[in-house]
Amino acid sequence: MPDAADTDWPDQIYDLLKAHGIRQVALVPDAGHARLIRRCLADNTMKVVSLTTEEEGVAMLFGAWLGGEKGVLLMQSSGVGNCINMLSVAVAHRTPCPMLVTMRGEYGEFNPFQVPMGQATPTVLEAMGTLLNRADRPEDVAPGVDATLRLAFNTFRPAATLLGQRLLGAKTFGR
Amino acid sequence: MQTGPSGKLNRRAVVRALLEERGGLLVIGGLGAPAWDITDAGDVPENLPLWGGMGGAAMMGLGLALAQPTRPVLVLTGDGEMLMGVGALATIGVQRPKNLAVVVLDNEHYGETGMQETHTRHGVDLAGMARAAGIADARLLRTADEVQALRGAVHAMAGPLFAQVKVDEASERLVLPPREAAILQARFREAVLGAAAHLQ
Repeated sequence: MPDAADTDWPDQIYDLLKAHGIRQVALVPDAGHARLIRRCLADNTMKVVSLTTEEEGVAMLFGAWLGGEKGVLLMQSSGVGNCINMLSVAVAHRTPCPMLVTMRGEYGEFNPFQVPMGQATPTVLEAMGTLLNRADRPEDVAPGVDATLRLAFNTFRPAATLLGQRLLGAKTFGR
Repeated sequence: MQTGPSGKLNRRAVVRALLEERGGLLVIGGLGAPAWDITDAGDVPENLPLWGGMGGAAMMGLGLALAQPTRPVLVLTGDGEMLMGVGALATIGVQRPKNLAVVVLDNEHYGETGMQETHTRHGVDLAGMARAAGIADARLLRTADEVQALRGAVHAMAGPLFAQVKVDEASERLVLPPREAAILQARFREAVLGAAAHLQ
């Protein structure tokens, strides 16, 4: 039985979204975000928007900021590849774009298709001007997410926390 | 209302009619000709003309409409831009914000890159796709009377609303908005939120 402190980091992220006044949550689901998504869906002050592709979320967060609301984008590392050109909107307009990315294609990965984009995720985000931090242990999550939200909203740019596969546990497909 | 050589509506005349006496209307203009069209109608802070982010205009409208639910939000974009982000119709169809209208100025071509044909030239029915995605009021427009009715519907905020307006393919004079996107963003936010926008 894992220690509660090791498993309640999604609740800590939810508390941070509340503390930072996040009103719009854009997402393409990932198992690693499932608990956080449930918490957001249960919160009437948050507008949770399921997307057909992750770049929609980058555009949506820009629209939210135009209207004075803060948003966050939740996605898996493979979705980062779908966002590349749209990140130019946040860079050129100088607007916040905080992203919380659950990593695949690294520590203990089972699925070969996850590796290329998972390995390219930090490079691609940084190439598009995103400031990054990583969380590979439960105690890294809250400080990292808080830093990402502060960077995005105080300095008006894309920022991301990568939630490592070591933290999430690799998906094993029963093998 | 002015028409072009094809007999179809003139895009600038359509946009001027839609933006006439616009009140509290907030407008996002998709990159290329729609951005020049909304600028031609009047370069005001409540316009956000895009220079990039192709495929994102409708979703920007959704984020804005959710943030400002008491103000009408109009996305004016092109057929190529809408096709690139066509999944947004499904996302909007699920969210169904009453104050969001997405209007596609459909000249059936990529106008900025040499007038290559888009899928709408070959029968792709964007209004039908919007309706099938759950946007019940999805219109295909060809006449000035229909444009006037559309203007009323945008302000009535009984959406979400989608309209595909068939326009003449002739290119119009370039009327460029400011190119510094930080200015476009900041002036828009100040117009919506007041000076507090810069202290958020």
